Amino acid sequence: MTANAGSIGRSSGAKPSLNGKASRGSILADRAATVVLWGTGALVLLILGSIILHFAMAAWGVVSLSFILDNPSQTTLGGIMPVLWNSIYMLALTMLIAVPVGLLGGIYMAEYAGDNVVTGAIRFAEESISSVPSIVVGLFGLILFVDDFHWGFTALAGALALTFFNLPLMTRLSEQALRAVPQDERSASLALGATKWQTIRHVVVPLAIPGLITGVILTAGRVFGEAAVLLFTAGIGTPPHYNFANLDITNPASPWSPFRPATTLSVYIYKLNSEGLGAFKNQIVDGSAAILISMVLIFNLGARFVGRVLTRRLTAA
Amino acid sequence: MASLTSAYPTSKLRAKPGLLERLDLPRRVVFVAAASMIIVVAMLMIFIVWQGTQLFVKDGYSLGAIFDAKWDPLADTPEFGILPFILGTIVVTAGALLISTPLSVGVALFLSEVAPKWAKSIVQPALEIFVGIPSVVWGWLGITVLVPFLADTFNGPIVISLPIVGTVFSMPGFLTGFSWLAGSLVLSIMVLPTITSVSYDAFRAVPQELRTGSLALGTTRWQMIRHILIPSALSGVLTAVVLGMTRAAGEALAVQMVIGNSPTLPEAITQPMTTLTSQITLDMGNTVFGEPWQDALWTMSLVLLVISITSVVLVRVINKRRMGS
Repeated sequence: MTANAGSIGRSSGAKPSLNGKASRGSILADRAATVVLWGTGALVLLILGSIILHFAMAAWGVVSLSFILDNPSQTTLGGIMPVLWNSIYMLALTMLIAVPVGLLGGIYMAEYAGDNVVTGAIRFAEESISSVPSIVVGLFGLILFVDDFHWGFTALAGALALTFFNLPLMTRLSEQALRAVPQDERSASLALGATKWQTIRHVVVPLAIPGLITGVILTAGRVFGEAAVLLFTAGIGTPPHYNFANLDITNPASPWSPFRPATTLSVYIYKLNSEGLGAFKNQIVDGSAAILISMVLIFNLGARFVGRVLTRRLTAA
Repeated sequence: MASLTSAYPTSKLRAKPGLLERLDLPRRVVFVAAASMIIVVAMLMIFIVWQGTQLFVKDGYSLGAIFDAKWDPLADTPEFGILPFILGTIVVTAGALLISTPLSVGVALFLSEVAPKWAKSIVQPALEIFVGIPSVVWGWLGITVLVPFLADTFNGPIVISLPIVGTVFSMPGFLTGFSWLAGSLVLSIMVLPTITSVSYDAFRAVPQELRTGSLALGTTRWQMIRHILIPSALSGVLTAVVLGMTRAAGEALAVQMVIGNSPTLPEAITQPMTTLTSQITLDMGNTVFGEPWQDALWTMSLVLLVISITSVVLVRVINKRRMGS
């Protein structure tokens, strides 16, 4: 039977055939395509590998404990402590606002939103903010907070602009995490007589925690590296020597205050590059970029690790 | 049945809703959180449209004066032709997509059709790290690696001549390396994860039966990809390209760092140029609120806003057509 089919196929020549035997040319094309597709995958790894290697080499001899913990200096390599502090501070301040709002918004979209005009408008808003360039979001912050509210360049203005920019991401990731919870869990809870909100609070959200935390960490990674939003909201300048003993958050001189300009690590890289001066400029930027990349790696691997551990713990329990 | 319900009043079986829930408070609160995005977008649009039209309303420039090639903010009668920036954004984005689309679709096909599990579990996390690398770091890589490489490698005029026919192609070489090509290359890597992940989803969404059906008819895997998979996922791939385009057109710092920032239209990919985002980034800090120069920058931000909202609508149209067919 098979031999027969084969012979019929052969007689039909190079036309697309049903014979189970592709022509020589198409087999060669298939092999070539496979090689090319493997090549694209390998290229991605090659690029990433060389970037990491490049920064590991560039940061060698630059990044040290004193580079992380010292103030910038005019005459020596100095350190990046104040801008690193600002990055962490801005991250915390932004997440403090964005996580609750994003989580609650995600709950609405996953559990309450009906198929109506309002939901459509929220989706459209979500997509719009996601596609508006970060620089435009920063400019919006500039008009609203810096000019209209007369705050000037402040950490709070930057954090709010960052919140605007990342709210769609946080909301969408929360919604996805909540939607991934099986419908049966909800039905079981409701069948036991729990109200909708009790079900959400005590059943759906706890089950979605691994996904929610992954979402938080991925958002955090994006917030940490963002610069364009902050240029015109949190300010761009050389930070003063901070006095961490000054805990008065209403005092703009305190590093704990949200009402002070806060140049972050990413913005600092941009600033050093655009000024183009300074004997140690290249080393400082290389070192700072290496630290940024390491943070990105930590955030990514952290999100993976935490998600996996929590899933295992929750599903085992 | 009636006796059963009266014997076991359902109100007793049910946990009592708290006061907050009886006031429907939880639903209201989560709704406000979600709807806050509408408020943010509406305010953003109102503010940018307002600021972006001041150049016409307050400073009395005509639309024709804006869509002009001459940009000279420091002249006695300043000219704010933003055409070089708009065209700059278009060409640098086009260059990036030209490089990135084949590569990204290739990676997406690799992940969805070819890669064994182990390869997938390396390449996918790698792409996620790409997404996370901040824009300033890409720009810095461009300055320290790509730009010097271009300047050193192609410093003379680039001429292709054939025997008999003579010169078929020539363009000036790189002067400094800061150029259209540098901008497009940096952007192409930055949009690679976007285009890859969205096309990957589109390929995964193609029903498995179509693949097995094609292979059962005796096609090779590549024939199946070319004639079945890519046509079926075309609208998804198109969405991916539009999203990549949006990201490329809106990217500010990395492009500004490598593109050379000369407010002229580039004559060749080796020449410096500028874009909407890079000019805004550069000039915003040097201008005073309310002066025509800054108003022109706001007009440029309005153009960026229009581009991004258009692409949101475009993606919706593409997807609706896919749902329809």
